[in-house]
Amino acid sequence: MAAKFFDEIWGYSRGRKPRPGFEEIAHWIRSTPKKEMRRRQDSAEAAFRQLGITFNVYGEDEEAERIIPFDIVPRVFAADEWARLSEGLEQRVNALNAFLVDVYNDRKILADGVVPSDLVLGNPGFTPAVNGIRPPHGVFAHIAGIDMVRTGPDEFYVLEDNARTPSGVSYMLENREAMLRLCPELFEMFEVEPVDRYTDALREMMQSVAPESAPKDPVCVILTPGHFNSAFYEHSFLADNLGIELVEAADLIVDDDIVWMRTIGGRKRVDVIYRRIDDDFLDPLVFRPDSMLGVPGLMAAYFAGNVTIINAPGGGIADDKAIYSYMPEIVKYYTGEEAKLPNVETWRCREPDALKYVLENMADLVVKKVDGSGGYGMLVGPSATSEEVDEFKKAVKANPNGYIAQPTLALSTVPTLGEKGVKGRHVDFRPFVLSGANGVETVKGGLTRVALREGSLVVNSSQGGGTKDSLVLRPPRDQKQSQSQDGRSQSQSQAKGGS
Amino acid sequence: MMLARTASYLYWIGRYMERAEFTARLVEATVRLDALSARPAGEGAWASALSVASAKEDYEATGESITPSNVANYLTLSESNSNSIRNCLYNARMNARAVRTALTREGWESINRAWLALRDRSATGGAQSTINLVDELKAEIRGFEGAMHRMLRQDKHWMLRLGAAIERADNTARLIDVKYHLILPEGEEIGGVIDRDQWGTILQTVSANTAFRWLYRDGLSPGRVVEMLTLRRELPRSLACCVEEVTEILDEIGQETGFQGEADRMARLRHKRLTGTKVGDIIRGGLHEFLQAFITENRLLSQAISRQFRFD
Amino acid sequence: MRLDIEHVTHYAFTEPQRRLVQLLRATPSSFAAQHVVDWHIDVDCDARIRPGRDGYGNHYTMLYVDGPVEAIELTVSGEVLTDNRHGMIEDANEPLPPPVFLRSTGLSQADDAIRSFARDVENAESDPLKRMHLLMERLLNEIRFEPTLDAVERDAATAFAANRGVCQDHAHIFCAAARAIGTPARYISGHLFRRDGATEQEASHAWAEAWLEDLGWVGFDPANGISPDDAYVRIACGLDYREAAPVAGRRLGGGDERMRVDVRVTEAHMQHQQ
Repeated sequence: MAAKFFDEIWGYSRGRKPRPGFEEIAHWIRSTPKKEMRRRQDSAEAAFRQLGITFNVYGEDEEAERIIPFDIVPRVFAADEWARLSEGLEQRVNALNAFLVDVYNDRKILADGVVPSDLVLGNPGFTPAVNGIRPPHGVFAHIAGIDMVRTGPDEFYVLEDNARTPSGVSYMLENREAMLRLCPELFEMFEVEPVDRYTDALREMMQSVAPESAPKDPVCVILTPGHFNSAFYEHSFLADNLGIELVEAADLIVDDDIVWMRTIGGRKRVDVIYRRIDDDFLDPLVFRPDSMLGVPGLMAAYFAGNVTIINAPGGGIADDKAIYSYMPEIVKYYTGEEAKLPNVETWRCREPDALKYVLENMADLVVKKVDGSGGYGMLVGPSATSEEVDEFKKAVKANPNGYIAQPTLALSTVPTLGEKGVKGRHVDFRPFVLSGANGVETVKGGLTRVALREGSLVVNSSQGGGTKDSLVLRPPRDQKQSQSQDGRSQSQSQAKGGS
Repeated sequence: MMLARTASYLYWIGRYMERAEFTARLVEATVRLDALSARPAGEGAWASALSVASAKEDYEATGESITPSNVANYLTLSESNSNSIRNCLYNARMNARAVRTALTREGWESINRAWLALRDRSATGGAQSTINLVDELKAEIRGFEGAMHRMLRQDKHWMLRLGAAIERADNTARLIDVKYHLILPEGEEIGGVIDRDQWGTILQTVSANTAFRWLYRDGLSPGRVVEMLTLRRELPRSLACCVEEVTEILDEIGQETGFQGEADRMARLRHKRLTGTKVGDIIRGGLHEFLQAFITENRLLSQAISRQFRFD
Repeated sequence: MRLDIEHVTHYAFTEPQRRLVQLLRATPSSFAAQHVVDWHIDVDCDARIRPGRDGYGNHYTMLYVDGPVEAIELTVSGEVLTDNRHGMIEDANEPLPPPVFLRSTGLSQADDAIRSFARDVENAESDPLKRMHLLMERLLNEIRFEPTLDAVERDAATAFAANRGVCQDHAHIFCAAARAIGTPARYISGHLFRRDGATEQEASHAWAEAWLEDLGWVGFDPANGISPDDAYVRIACGLDYREAAPVAGRRLGGGDERMRVDVRVTEAHMQHQQ
């Protein structure tokens, strides 16, 4: 009998026969003692705790610094799988950026009726304050996190786009560090694409989008809300790895439409700000006036073209789940090609027919707020109680514009170490796509989130999810290269594969 | 060039860690003095420890009686004493968390460990467990010092050390001032009969027992101890050494920033003045007056540092 | 009319301030009903001044002042030729399409009371232009204009429930109600020449504009019950007060601040005769 869910190692074979190309990893999973796996996993988690790779759960006090559970069994992408995926990602992110420039300037896509005007112009994510802005090189979403799910060998779907300030990249990098230390044999077994390219790529991208007036070696900083923020570890991790200052709002001043940071030697001009604070808190003179996190005058410096803000303010419109539902049309409109990565089928409750369908079938659907994130404001129909479904029906009826619905997907599973050994658990995937003056680059890896509870489809860390390393394999070498390869290591890996 | 806020946090990490260490030594030395003294002399030992830690008035306000365990608790674990070791480590850790990127991983981990060693302790217990706790803390703090000395010799390193040097100068001055009052009541001549236990306490607090014997082979005398603690630049915790270190560190920072200011001028002036001072001058002019003036000047210098490096 | 405007804002601080950063929306744009002849912004201390244009097309001026500052006086003055176009906004720089102004904001959010008030207006009048006039008239009658009321930031629902307010409350309620019945509306800040001879005013003025399919943007001043004529000088627009306010600022330094505003709007030729 075939398995109900696609497993990324075992396919539909229920653990009997690995998919072609996944024999070695299957063997590793089979042959590594569970006790040894457990020991390595504990060791990784202990290191994370000591390093302080923690996040604070909202509503808990500062002492409750938690780590996100780490799973020792990696997820593996074959080279050809990854090639298809990254082509699709790059196409999508190019389209997202073109869309953002368009909706804040010419609005051709609205005039052409491809996306309804009111959906954009009335959207809380649309920011009139940045109307008319064209950021350097036409990039709004310099760092995009595209959340993906998989349901079969070739079925990858985009679940949502994150064009504001996607987080999680420190896990991609730290998980790899842990795996290199704890499971070195995996990296002998496979040729794995490195992920540490990310920090170089990020630095190059940041420098490439500096304002024209900036010096050749522009000053880049990361702006954090401060060390009480739940993602502070990631902010300091990135600053450390990029070798740039981690600043708080109070470290920055704007004078004469120029941003400066306050150093012990006086003011130093800042050219590029990778901000990890929301638009609302950037500048109290333009956005929320009660914000203590913001830098008064920052938007004036931005309008004057004296500083680049990464990601550009106003990009939130692209994260909206109703806009998401138009992504196939948006991709086609700007690139002239069919979208290489499909969306999940989406019902927009703002449309009467869709609303009717959603209300009638809510128990089978996943219903989401258009501007929700982090697994909040979401109903997973099949696992909800009938009271919860009724509650959501009421909410959707009261504000149909605020919701979309999607079918419950048969998310792929990846073997995961649990109490009773290694079992398949559902996963999603967030790759990170960088856009700058020199084009778009997807770092070969990403953040795999795994729902640790059996059968659960919710992977969010705030709701019991964990993470895994995501290995992207190098393409097989061509004939000439493999001939020149060291014969001994070839025979070793063959021996391993066959034992 | 480092952010002004980072500089301010590092400076205060240096101060808090130094304060924590000094307090740990003070508690350790007081336990010893208490053990050596005839009853009820112990109470005097602990009362003077409170004075050295500038905590006498605040302690009295709590209404607690002066017993060894009460005072030891107050100085090490109390949450209400803003200068207790707990609060010093808490503040150092909060500052360190905010400027993690400025510290080495080792530096951060040593502060974090020192804090974790103490966080869940609620009482010091008897003399022996107090000593054990203090030993543990001293080891962790030494770990931090080691980490600090292994940092890149750049502005961040110097800012931590600047805070430590300013704090150390303040602590040593207060220690001499209080203990001298205690040991030599008004009118008594320096150079009279010597209370070995009391002197031992002072030397132990500034970890200078052995150093004294190396510097002065003729034996213990109040004049010599005063000289050593104020003017002998060989002793790391002497005023002279701290003063010299502050001047040198400011110089190093000035070379990186490319400018000098009020703090540099004050530090150099103080250094020059102290270099030309003899112990006889200090004693003739009044040791207490000398030390009070030093403490005030040190405070003003700290304020000048905040202004010069734009801490706020 | 040829109007002379002098808008003086005076701040005094109880403690010297280390820095001031201010965003001023104090410069009008020209369009069919008003032509800006001459315009200046002066500050009585050393300051760096940078002009800009925001997402709504408003002119703004950034003002950066280093301390110590104990008091500062900003003088905005100029001359504008106005024409009575009965509130119609023609040939203006309009970088945003009207549906944007259906959005609500914290200050201009409608509550149930405003919504039902708006629906009554909608049911009472079917012609879009007359409907907006009716909305304005009802607001004029129902919301008592109390110029002595503190001009603190009050949201539309609070002012509507209290039945009284200053001109910015009227404008907020107008916007909230118009949007509630599907008419784009926006908040306008500007100046008003008082025909009753009150040349000295303690604040600038505020009103609203609604978008009508056949006419475009049309102004309504619900605090006075008329559409703007040649006595009005239009400065800035936004979704609410915050986005169009004459000034938004931040200061670095302790203490309190006291602000005094003096606005003089006079007819230019009258001055020449004096």
